[in-house]
Amino acid sequence: MGVVSPGFRGRARESSRRLPPGQYETHDFPVLSAGPTPRITRDEWEFAVTTETGARHAWNWAELTALPSDSPTVDLHCVTKWSKFDTSWQGVSLDVLLAEVETAADFALVSSYGGYTSSLPLEDLLDGQAWIAYGYDGDDIPPEHGGPARLLVPHLYFWKSAKWVHGIQLLTEDEPGFWEGLGYHDYGDPWREQRYQGD
Amino acid sequence: MDYQPDSDEHQDGNALAGPLSEIFAVDLTSALGRCASCGVTEPVARLHVYTRAPGLVGRCPHCGHVALRVVRSPDTAWLDLCGTAALRIPLTS
Ligand SMILES: [Zn+2]
Repeated sequence: MGVVSPGFRGRARESSRRLPPGQYETHDFPVLSAGPTPRITRDEWEFAVTTETGARHAWNWAELTALPSDSPTVDLHCVTKWSKFDTSWQGVSLDVLLAEVETAADFALVSSYGGYTSSLPLEDLLDGQAWIAYGYDGDDIPPEHGGPARLLVPHLYFWKSAKWVHGIQLLTEDEPGFWEGLGYHDYGDPWREQRYQGD
Repeated sequence: MDYQPDSDEHQDGNALAGPLSEIFAVDLTSALGRCASCGVTEPVARLHVYTRAPGLVGRCPHCGHVALRVVRSPDTAWLDLCGTAALRIPLTS
């Protein structure tokens, strides 16, 4: 006789509550990529923030990893409809990196090694919502998942969380990134199912 | 750009045949496309097509630049050809 434990039903209820509209839960970690995986060594890695006035703030690997870090556990929502719960990362909050950056910009264009870009409002990178992540699940981030370092901005669809992050340009006007410029939504809130332009 | 493709990561341009047949009356995979970046002309079927992504990304097999992108939503197709300088399309006379 089949008995469904209260624990199992509890998990199912919790899963549906955490799943944005149109998404399904996956337990593996699909690899999505618009191009070949760049192989960047930590020695050559650099991350730079450039403001609307052209001021440049750069960190090498040693400088980044010497900064105070967070260990966020977050749910990921990909616009291709998979969601993955409770992923554990280590990284430096953009609040820390942008603390010394003077800007009046409202928009950010994130760029990656390999040429990928994504765009979002600057305020979505602040207030504990975004990190430059360099650890995943207690280890280095594998190259296919964006290592050595990637942007992590989990409250928006995961295409915003640029792999192999190399820099952020702060802009006074929105400049669409790689997918925002070809039909995908400028903002990309999974809870409002903002997949495509006009959603 | 130093293009280092890994053949596990992409398919050839024939992966574009179905999606493009929704938009064009002719089979574009046999068309010759000139890369806007390096200038080399190749059949669209030779592009390196990255399909595990929010859209299809066709890259020049020589320099890796994006030659073509297609995004398909439930009711719209978006096509970006700005990385292709010219397309030579064979037609029956
Ligand atoms: Zn080329």
